[in-house]
Amino acid sequence: MLVALSWSSLFEPGFFSSEPVRVALVVGALAAVVSGIVGVFTVIRGQSFAGHALSDIGTAGGSAAVLVGASTLSGFVAFNVVAAGVMELIGIRKPRGRDLATGIVLGASLGLAALFLYEDTISSSTTGATVNVLFGSIFTLPPGITIPMVVLGIASVALIAVLYRPLLLSSVSYELAAARRVPVRLVGGGYLLALALAVSMSAITIGAILSTALLVGPAAIALRLATRTGVAIAVAATVGVLACWVGTLIAYDSTVWAGGNGWPVSFCIVAVIFVVYFASGVVSRLRTDRRRATTSDRGGVVQPFEVA
Amino acid sequence: MIVTTDPVASTGGPPFRDITGGVAEPVLRVEDVSVSLGGRRVLDRVSFSVEGGEFCGLIGSNGAGKTTLLRVILGLINPSSGRIEVSGGTHTRRSPQIGYVPQKIVLEADMPLRARDLVGLGLDGHRFGISRPGTQRRLAVEEMLDAVGATQFADARIGNLSGGEQQRVMIAQALICRPKLLLLDEPLANLDIRSAAEVVQLLARIAAEHQIAILLSAHDMNPLLPVMDRVVYLAEGRAASGTTEQVVRTDTLSALYGHHVEVIHVAGRVLVVSGAEHQAHHPDDADPFLGWA
Repeated sequence: MLVALSWSSLFEPGFFSSEPVRVALVVGALAAVVSGIVGVFTVIRGQSFAGHALSDIGTAGGSAAVLVGASTLSGFVAFNVVAAGVMELIGIRKPRGRDLATGIVLGASLGLAALFLYEDTISSSTTGATVNVLFGSIFTLPPGITIPMVVLGIASVALIAVLYRPLLLSSVSYELAAARRVPVRLVGGGYLLALALAVSMSAITIGAILSTALLVGPAAIALRLATRTGVAIAVAATVGVLACWVGTLIAYDSTVWAGGNGWPVSFCIVAVIFVVYFASGVVSRLRTDRRRATTSDRGGVVQPFEVA
Repeated sequence: MIVTTDPVASTGGPPFRDITGGVAEPVLRVEDVSVSLGGRRVLDRVSFSVEGGEFCGLIGSNGAGKTTLLRVILGLINPSSGRIEVSGGTHTRRSPQIGYVPQKIVLEADMPLRARDLVGLGLDGHRFGISRPGTQRRLAVEEMLDAVGATQFADARIGNLSGGEQQRVMIAQALICRPKLLLLDEPLANLDIRSAAEVVQLLARIAAEHQIAILLSAHDMNPLLPVMDRVVYLAEGRAASGTTEQVVRTDTLSALYGHHVEVIHVAGRVLVVSGAEHQAHHPDDADPFLGWA
């Protein structure tokens, strides 16, 4: 029985006193907040694929960084920002062009990733590099990483805040935004840059391959529950942070349950997001049913403009 | 003349206070406008004008150049020759002189945006930053929702509204900056007959009450016949404009198409039927009902 679980058995010994756990909780929260804010726009704009492509492209960056002895985060950021720029230059206005541009940049980067990861494994003594880049290892992050994470997070969120209204308007209709003289390309490019930073932060947390889960998952959950953009952003950020923390806790506790070798944190975080996603589907369906039951008589309300 | 009135600051006053009672000068003047896109001449010396309070239908079959003409008026396409004048000054980011309802906007059901939020974007969606909620802004949005009869679904997600309801919200979004000219690109497409008639009645009332010039594109002129003050008929890149009686006639439209077409009045509706010999020469116009889809 869950109720019967004591506080101490929920948090296995050392959870709060452990330095790696503390770093993991902070880094996870930072990445989740930024991913939640940016992710809502990613889903609204139908750019989940671009987000996923950036995370895969980050793989090449992370593995290249390992090869030259730089920090993995710097590799993610450098490659993602350049890739976002290239995607913008190739042209991402039309959905099909966007698909194609993303696909071409993605393919080239995965080729590079294959090369770099191969070089990493044969040249490096630490065999874990590949796994770390691809699937993350939040418990082995250096404490100093929180500072660049905060800087990246502020940059990404500031971009979204500045672009907020034109971004929303151009997400509703590109034509409408263009007619209102919104610099639509600039806005789209700025958003892609914010996305590149968010994906880099997410990649450090749960790995390059899985980073889309943190970007798209909480946002998709939020869109099922919220009717306003601001609320959706708040829900996505909150869900993301909770998923990161609960996932970290499960992973930590699992080392005790499984006797030494716990489950990977990334797996636990993604699993939590997945479960919440399905739960949110049930909630939104129940709500829709109730709304339908209460407003089914809307058609009977007097229409303000009668047909002459 | 450039109007520098801040759209937000001016919303506290009564709606559309600049009603001109006297003889209106044209709000929109299109003079000899030609447009070539990708080597093809889409518009060929098109001229017409629309006055304040006038409801003008822009009629033509698919591919006749209706959207291109609207985009030229919006300044999104530069004409290869000719000029466009919109009274009240240039259409800029700061002073949008033209309200616009684009063609077939797809609003996903999970878009986290209420009807009132979309109307608010009409007011300041082109500005950078996050909008600060204020009483003035809220009142301006409420007033506009009320003007188009959208108050009762103001808090619903736009993606969950019916086509007719979405069009009302789009119209409110386009009108909230108090433009002199309202452009609507095929707003009646995909609407059932009743919703289409309601939207047309709403627009006619807005044009008359607030002296706004409305230019509405459609491939079927019939829903517009009761309210249309003027028609601009596009065919083969050329335009004929005037009252419905002046333009929708066998001789005028035959001259416009460059071959014989027949205008038939049947059961209160107007059909434009192309001659059989024409179809042999123009297989791309295989649909015999050019004005009635």
